Amino acid sequence: MFDSLTTRLTGIFDRLRGFGRLTEENIQEALREVRVALLEADVNFKVVKAFVERVRDKAQGQDVLKSLTPGQQVVKVVRDELVELLGGSGHRLAMAPHPPTVIMLVGLQGSGKTTSAAKLGRHFQKQGLHPILASADIYRPAAVDQLKTLGAQLGIPVLGDAAQKPVAICRQARDEAAQRGLSPLILDTAGRLHIDEGMLEELRAIKREVGPHHVLLVVDAMTGQDAVTVADRFNQAVGVDAIVLTKMDGDARGGAALSVREVTGRPIAFVGVGEKTEALEPFHPDRLAQRILGMGDVLSLVERAQAAMDQTQAEDLARKIREESFTLEDFAQQLKQLRSMGPLGQLMDMVPFFKGGKGMPRELQGEEHELQRFEAIIASMTPGERTTPAIINGGRRARIARGSGTSVSDVNRLLKQHAQLKKMMKGLKQMEGRMGKLKGALPFLPR
Amino acid sequence: MSLFGALAGRVRDGLRRSRQLLGDGLDALLSVGRPVDDALLEELEEMLVAADLGAATASTFVHRLRDEAKRGRAVTAADVRNLLRGFLEETLEGAAAPLHLDGKPAVILMLGVNGAGKTTTTGKLAAALVGAGKSVILAAADTFRAGAIEQLEEWSRRAGAEMVRQGAGADPAAVVFDAVKAATARQVDVLLVDTAGRLHTKSTLMDELVKLKRVLSRQLSGAPHECLMVLEAPTGQNGLAQARLFHEAVGLTGLVLTKLDGTAKGGIVIRIHQELRLPIKLVGLGERVEDLQPFDAKTFVAGLLPEP
Repeated sequence: MFDSLTTRLTGIFDRLRGFGRLTEENIQEALREVRVALLEADVNFKVVKAFVERVRDKAQGQDVLKSLTPGQQVVKVVRDELVELLGGSGHRLAMAPHPPTVIMLVGLQGSGKTTSAAKLGRHFQKQGLHPILASADIYRPAAVDQLKTLGAQLGIPVLGDAAQKPVAICRQARDEAAQRGLSPLILDTAGRLHIDEGMLEELRAIKREVGPHHVLLVVDAMTGQDAVTVADRFNQAVGVDAIVLTKMDGDARGGAALSVREVTGRPIAFVGVGEKTEALEPFHPDRLAQRILGMGDVLSLVERAQAAMDQTQAEDLARKIREESFTLEDFAQQLKQLRSMGPLGQLMDMVPFFKGGKGMPRELQGEEHELQRFEAIIASMTPGERTTPAIINGGRRARIARGSGTSVSDVNRLLKQHAQLKKMMKGLKQMEGRMGKLKGALPFLPR
Repeated sequence: MSLFGALAGRVRDGLRRSRQLLGDGLDALLSVGRPVDDALLEELEEMLVAADLGAATASTFVHRLRDEAKRGRAVTAADVRNLLRGFLEETLEGAAAPLHLDGKPAVILMLGVNGAGKTTTTGKLAAALVGAGKSVILAAADTFRAGAIEQLEEWSRRAGAEMVRQGAGADPAAVVFDAVKAATARQVDVLLVDTAGRLHTKSTLMDELVKLKRVLSRQLSGAPHECLMVLEAPTGQNGLAQARLFHEAVGLTGLVLTKLDGTAKGGIVIRIHQELRLPIKLVGLGERVEDLQPFDAKTFVAGLLPEP
């Protein structure tokens, strides 16, 4: 069910194929699907509304680029717009001129603050810095113990005492960090509801008292529509500088990130991708955009196809199809182009439809071998045989098989596939009259 | 969208914004006799989407409403609301169910993704059961998360329930094995097993859970009597994937919906209930022990559809 967007977008894209121009109607249809997809990805409905409007403006009336089919263009507009909304990549937390740099984590309970605090500690440790952690969560039983255990595993000092007041813990932690020359200081705060005024007041008090350089809002990637409310309240109450998106190692689409980003206007700095303390990554907006849409990397596939296909060759091929003179020589060239786009398994990975399909790689290895075999077979033919396959009789077949290190049945299969392809092309040519354009009907024809 | 359509949309948005500015009181006044139109249906759909029912589910409900309105069964905004409330309650029929505590001991396995509130719910449930005169043993089978054992220990003190534990990093199956032995020997009424949070997509961790269940049922026939997935109310559409995969792995007997005291409505359980027919056994409405309560469909639906 959650993969249906892939299918849907592929569907729209197929239906849009062949239109020279995007009409208002088919854009409308595509946008309806995009809207549903974004909602299913948990992007807040208000954010979706504004987003779809922006995409509509951009997509409407644009001429189809020579390089892309209309469907893909809509997808591209959506994707580009998402990437832009999600913000630039690699947001770095600047270190303060006078250490310690203080980083304060805030968020709902269960969003992953304590784990993220430890992960951030590890992140800065790897950069050669000397971080220190402090837990101001005196409410959740054993929260201080949890951070202390994690700190001990990493060799990072942890301060915190459940018997003290949170503000005092933070103040002392800052003083101690300054004294010991440790920086950054990462403050883990208590997670409670964003409607809990007492808790928000406590966060404000810590902020006033300690003056953190960065306040990071920790958000669970599995959060639904409520993410906007949470982000808004935290932002209003304490001010948020950047976002940490946690639990991205699951299969949640992570649309909440878009909501949070839109509401706060702040960048997403880090992404949590596992239970180990190492599992913290810088944020890549393009990857998340793709994930929200549930699509593979269709665009880079298209780019690769274009790079592999020489324009003049392409025109030549189109002419041959029109003249029904598609020879085995041309077939060999097509195969070569297909292979020059990269390993088939990798290509398939970029096509959302195939992604995650079980047992795919092994089958594809077979396919790749088959292509190689076909090339070898054609290479063992005489020029005459290549242009006029009809002359290939039993004796010639045996010779070709021997020459290419294959079997007669392989040669037969190749000839059969070529014949089928030729027949298909003839059919296409007949359709051309009615459909207008041949464009996009075959994956590797010029567009 | 035609020029006129765009204009009308903008006017509508503007009106909505000013209505929000004018406050809820006037809003309510305006909507009492409001006729059923597309704008109203759209608002209801947004309300359902905002409550995390999901776009598809929300649109199904609104389609039904539109049909009813066409047949003249809903004339005013209030009618539509009542109809929708009825639809939602009907969908949740059979969703409320009590805990099965007939075993001796009755074994309850608590599971779910990280941060859903398993340990807290386990602790509160222990306190509630002890308060109801049951004897309870807790099994600290979350040996992975740092501090999880200490956290449950604190709850066992508060609840007045014994706890079986091993060191951090111990095999959870061994903890569970010991716990069943202790629970049987001491003839307690309920054994509550707190497990480590795990994402439903991690197959090795899911296998570990399957093993835990196998250990339980091998040791004690009929156990576990309950496999409860703890789900937090702010969860979005991913909640369905969670429920589906946990259900496939161990066969869930119900859900616990936590953190309903925030602004999130927890509407994803409607979709889960529709698809998997899982009952919702408990809801968490706050931080106190008495805030863990049985699920009630009427109250829940009222929360989904606040009065205008």
